Amino acid sequence: MSGARLELAGVGKSFRGLRAVHDVDFVVPAGAINALIGPNGAGKTTIFNMIAGVFVPDAGTVTLDGRQISGLRPDRVCSAGVGRTFQIVKPFKGLSVLENVTVGALHRRPDLADARESASAILTRLGLYDRRHQMAESLTLPDRKRLEVARALATEPSLLLLDEVMAGLRPTEVDVMVTFLRELNAASGITILLIEHVMRAVMALAAHVVVVSYGEKIAEGTPAEISRHQAVLDVYLGDAEAS
Amino acid sequence: MRLVSRLVEGAAPRSLWGLGVLLVLLLAAPALLGKYGLSVLILILYFAYVGQAWNILMGFAGQLSLGHALYAGLGGYIAAGLYFHYGIGPWAGVFAGVAAAALAGAVVGYLGFRFSLAGVYFALLTIAFGEFTRLAFDHWDWAGGSGGLFLKVDAKVDPLKLRGGPLLFYYVILALTVGIFILCRALLESRLGRYWLAIREDPEAAQAIGVPVLRCKMIAIVISAGLTALAGVWNAFYYNNLFPETAFSMGRSIEITLAPIIGGLGTLFGPIVGAVVLTGLGEVFTDASDYLHIAGIKQIFYGLALLVIVMFRPAGLWPWIADRLGFGERRR
Repeated sequence: MSGARLELAGVGKSFRGLRAVHDVDFVVPAGAINALIGPNGAGKTTIFNMIAGVFVPDAGTVTLDGRQISGLRPDRVCSAGVGRTFQIVKPFKGLSVLENVTVGALHRRPDLADARESASAILTRLGLYDRRHQMAESLTLPDRKRLEVARALATEPSLLLLDEVMAGLRPTEVDVMVTFLRELNAASGITILLIEHVMRAVMALAAHVVVVSYGEKIAEGTPAEISRHQAVLDVYLGDAEAS
Repeated sequence: MRLVSRLVEGAAPRSLWGLGVLLVLLLAAPALLGKYGLSVLILILYFAYVGQAWNILMGFAGQLSLGHALYAGLGGYIAAGLYFHYGIGPWAGVFAGVAAAALAGAVVGYLGFRFSLAGVYFALLTIAFGEFTRLAFDHWDWAGGSGGLFLKVDAKVDPLKLRGGPLLFYYVILALTVGIFILCRALLESRLGRYWLAIREDPEAAQAIGVPVLRCKMIAIVISAGLTALAGVWNAFYYNNLFPETAFSMGRSIEITLAPIIGGLGTLFGPIVGAVVLTGLGEVFTDASDYLHIAGIKQIFYGLALLVIVMFRPAGLWPWIADRLGFGERRR
């Protein structure tokens, strides 16, 4: 696993006339950890879904290491090297924790025993190994979030899309996840793009932040720059401080 | 050898012993049972077999078909028609029957899955195909139309033409049931099988981790339809008659689904346990209604028994029995 460079150029998407995302450009350099932030309904998850192949953009292109991935089916996007988590977690409830992650590993390791071994290693790193025989439906929310990350990582992506994996975690759990992601990035060079409302995690992880509001990019820069940016303060951080 | 070790991997030695003993008993059953007992056992194996075939699509891949009579009927009609008209033996005709059913499965599957019909909508599509195939066969002279197709009953045993008595049909359906059991185990322990389970649990999440959802569903319905057709051929030659009204009936389709539902969807032993319980209950209630001289009592008690089982063991009987016995085959 090494990192890939993600580039969005002029990406737009409308749903029955409702403009969800308009003319968004940004680059995530290979091996970087970037964040995508913005108020609820700003279009962050829509952008993720266009990268992951769930939606085909109406305009613009998404490229991974120069190869166009927009327009591909989600499973092809996965083959191209993109792993993603879902904001509303989607565990395979009737399967054990180990089987959940094994299915992800099967993508690049068709042999079941081989895939299971790889899945076990990932579960160990995420602290879920002791729960491997538990049914996924019996996991608590923080563990389900971890399972999402484990399953996405099992596909051995070069770009990891994390959709609010810190939401609902306690501060200490956030710190554990932040440490894990930082170590993962340092060890494998995997590129990470995260949507996050937990500013503590964004500030700790991201080198570069893209801010969207009403479907448009309104600012980007380092976390420090963003936290001083007037437009951002107006639409987003002001709210976050108030809450 | 590697394949064998893969198949038995993770299975407890005592469950393998149990299976071995069961197989020996089944092989010896004709010598141990009377004519009646054997006919009941034949029914059990038939329902276990078709249940297993249907379970691939529903229990593994999570797609509800209420039209599996279509595939059994097509297989039976085509093999029987080829034999009736041209004297082509069922061992050759079965290929045509299975191919036709697999093709029909592919058509139903493509229409349903390509256009993302899920759940009951997909089930409705499968019902519709069964129904209009029934109407088509009602008017197809080659297949005997609504008057039915009859095979000559031959007292001479000729396994090459699948002609003979219950003993021959018993061993054929036993071989099929053993074969499909091993096949299902092999499928479950493969990448394809795990992909099916993932699709059953959450198709969107499955696709996000690289599962080609449409292709996997198509493979499931083609395999399930083809295997169901095999039982249809057996059925046609066992009973020697075929009518569109029964072969493609909704009742026939429902019948196919009952054993795995009662026994445990998505499990390997569910269809077998379900077939034993359902056929057993059916026989008991038939006897009871004969004894009591009350017509229809069989259906009432049969329905009540199903209701009780589904209410108290919604996951099916096998997961519960397995827990009790300590085998612990879960619905995966």
